[in-house]
Amino acid sequence: MTEDDRLAAILADHAGREGALLPILHDVQAAYGCVPADCYQPIADALRLSRAEVAGVVSFYHDFRDAPAGKHVIKLCRAEACQSMGGAEMIARLERALGMKVGETKGDVTLEAVYCLGLCACAPAAMVGDQLVGRATPERIEALVAEVSA
Amino acid sequence: MKVWVPCDAAAVACGADEVAAALASAAGLRGEEVEIVRNGTRGMIWLEPLVEIERDGVRHGFGPMTPEDVPALFEDGDHPKALGPVEEIPFFAKQTRLTFARCGRTDPLSLADYEADEGWQGLKRALELGGAQTIEEVTTSGLRGRGGAGFPTGIKWKTVAGADAPQKYIVCNADEGDSGSFADRMLMEGDPFCLIEGMAIAGLAVGATKGFIYIRSEYPHAIRTLNAAIKAARAAGIIGDSLMGQGPAFDLEVRVGAGAYICGEETSLLNSLEGKRGMVRAKPPLPALEGAFGRPTVVNNVLSLAAVPWILVHGGAAYAEFGLGRSRGTIPIQIAGNVKHGGLFETGFGMSLGTLVNEIGGGTASGRPFKAVQVGGPLGAYHGPDDFDLPVCYEAFADQGGLVGHAGFVVHDDSADMLALARYAMEFCAIESCGKCTPCRIGAVRGIETLDRVAAGDPAAIELLHELCEVMEKGSLCAMGGFTPYPVRSAIRLFPQEFSLSQEAAE
Repeated sequence: MTEDDRLAAILADHAGREGALLPILHDVQAAYGCVPADCYQPIADALRLSRAEVAGVVSFYHDFRDAPAGKHVIKLCRAEACQSMGGAEMIARLERALGMKVGETKGDVTLEAVYCLGLCACAPAAMVGDQLVGRATPERIEALVAEVSA
Repeated sequence: MKVWVPCDAAAVACGADEVAAALASAAGLRGEEVEIVRNGTRGMIWLEPLVEIERDGVRHGFGPMTPEDVPALFEDGDHPKALGPVEEIPFFAKQTRLTFARCGRTDPLSLADYEADEGWQGLKRALELGGAQTIEEVTTSGLRGRGGAGFPTGIKWKTVAGADAPQKYIVCNADEGDSGSFADRMLMEGDPFCLIEGMAIAGLAVGATKGFIYIRSEYPHAIRTLNAAIKAARAAGIIGDSLMGQGPAFDLEVRVGAGAYICGEETSLLNSLEGKRGMVRAKPPLPALEGAFGRPTVVNNVLSLAAVPWILVHGGAAYAEFGLGRSRGTIPIQIAGNVKHGGLFETGFGMSLGTLVNEIGGGTASGRPFKAVQVGGPLGAYHGPDDFDLPVCYEAFADQGGLVGHAGFVVHDDSADMLALARYAMEFCAIESCGKCTPCRIGAVRGIETLDRVAAGDPAAIELLHELCEVMEKGSLCAMGGFTPYPVRSAIRLFPQEFSLSQEAAE
């Protein structure tokens, strides 16, 4: 299937759906790893919106990326409950261990901040790919990355 | 042998899947017949993964379990992680579980479990009563929005029911973004049919045939569970073209957010649902009259909707017997952060803050002295020991310049840096502001700068910060900018020395 066919198939999936833009953008990101700017106009045409409206929505939400993330996305919670259990120090130690900062992609790994995973009673919390980590330590997160990389 | 191992995200984050796998393989090795049920969580998160084994009809708990602790479960003698009958553990026994009655006891996706445990009885009662009487029961119960604003649910429903429109909607706000809050997630993962039943009752009551559950993308487990539960309820003929084969149509759809905290605000959520930027809308018009896609819409939190089936089964008056003052019924309190016994504790409104932190929560996890507890999420105030007599109810906290919000309580020990936490509150507002109104969009950025000046010892900065907080509180369009001053001001009020020490040093 060509790139254009993939997008057309996604748009067809959502034809006639009320308020379809977010579900479409989620599907596009799942297919391409990001929401490429080339997709804005075809999506706008399908939903009878302006290109600017689509661009505005993509840029508003933290989830949508304009470039694909690394193969391994590590989300680290920065919210208060995790802070109360040493979350900030944990993030700093992991940053030192991986030699990168939150918000960066280095090789296969993307480090991201997240504001609450609902794991506040087993803080600090993180997410490695789709795997949740409670009572997180830098060692456990590194071990998980090594495990999924292997 | 029948064994329960929770599938709740918090239990899984602490290794529940590994424990379940170890159980299955240990049983296989011994040739023992073991039925493993993946239940929701009992809410005692410090004990997760909490394994339960039935003996003589009583479920005994073991936790927190690791795969290494599993083989001993098959041996005679005392298990080092044995906790005794799980419902006799004081944290559990002291609760009044109405909304969370089934959570942790049943298989979340088993229709048989649900039906055997009062499931669909509330919907059946609503079908008998009809819309107007159903709303009457909800009004009698005194139920107010459990999302935090505390608006009377019965009045909201009545407004939508009275509106004349070709299409109405029920929207469930499942965008639980507050740090310290996880009750919505726990319910959706542990008892999803309860939410579906509550929404079906709401639809019947106001004449809405379509419901949306707007869930934050940070909750992939809850999204999967709810989608599976909706599919099962539809296949069983409970929702869909007709409610239980005798009522009007009502169907549900899950919509996934995209990582914007502001979409927990009801008007932002509606914009997001419509495929727009999640910008706050000015009210009026009320969403009850012009909500999703411009139609009359009930927007309720997960916990408000999940309280409804119990109210219909047992009667609004029975629900109203719990509580304090104008805060009726039960409130699922979430105790989190640096606390020994973190988890979900459902109780009637009115328990004191001190009891909650010291007795229920068991004090700090670190064993260091307690310093402060933030109540109501990132926009809630900090409270110190002087507030320990405060009863948990909407009015008492509002009178003290705070809020109960969604009832998340985040405990901090004496190592907490209050200036850093106040700065974080402003930073969070700057990251998450929708940008519609100036006090929030620009005020939060100036707030960070001003707190940095305080930290650097600028004597004029504190006064400026107070003025800025005043502008944000009075001038913002919604709670994001309006309540961000709460944690900032309360931190200054409780710990003035942390905001002036560096100033004195500079002088």
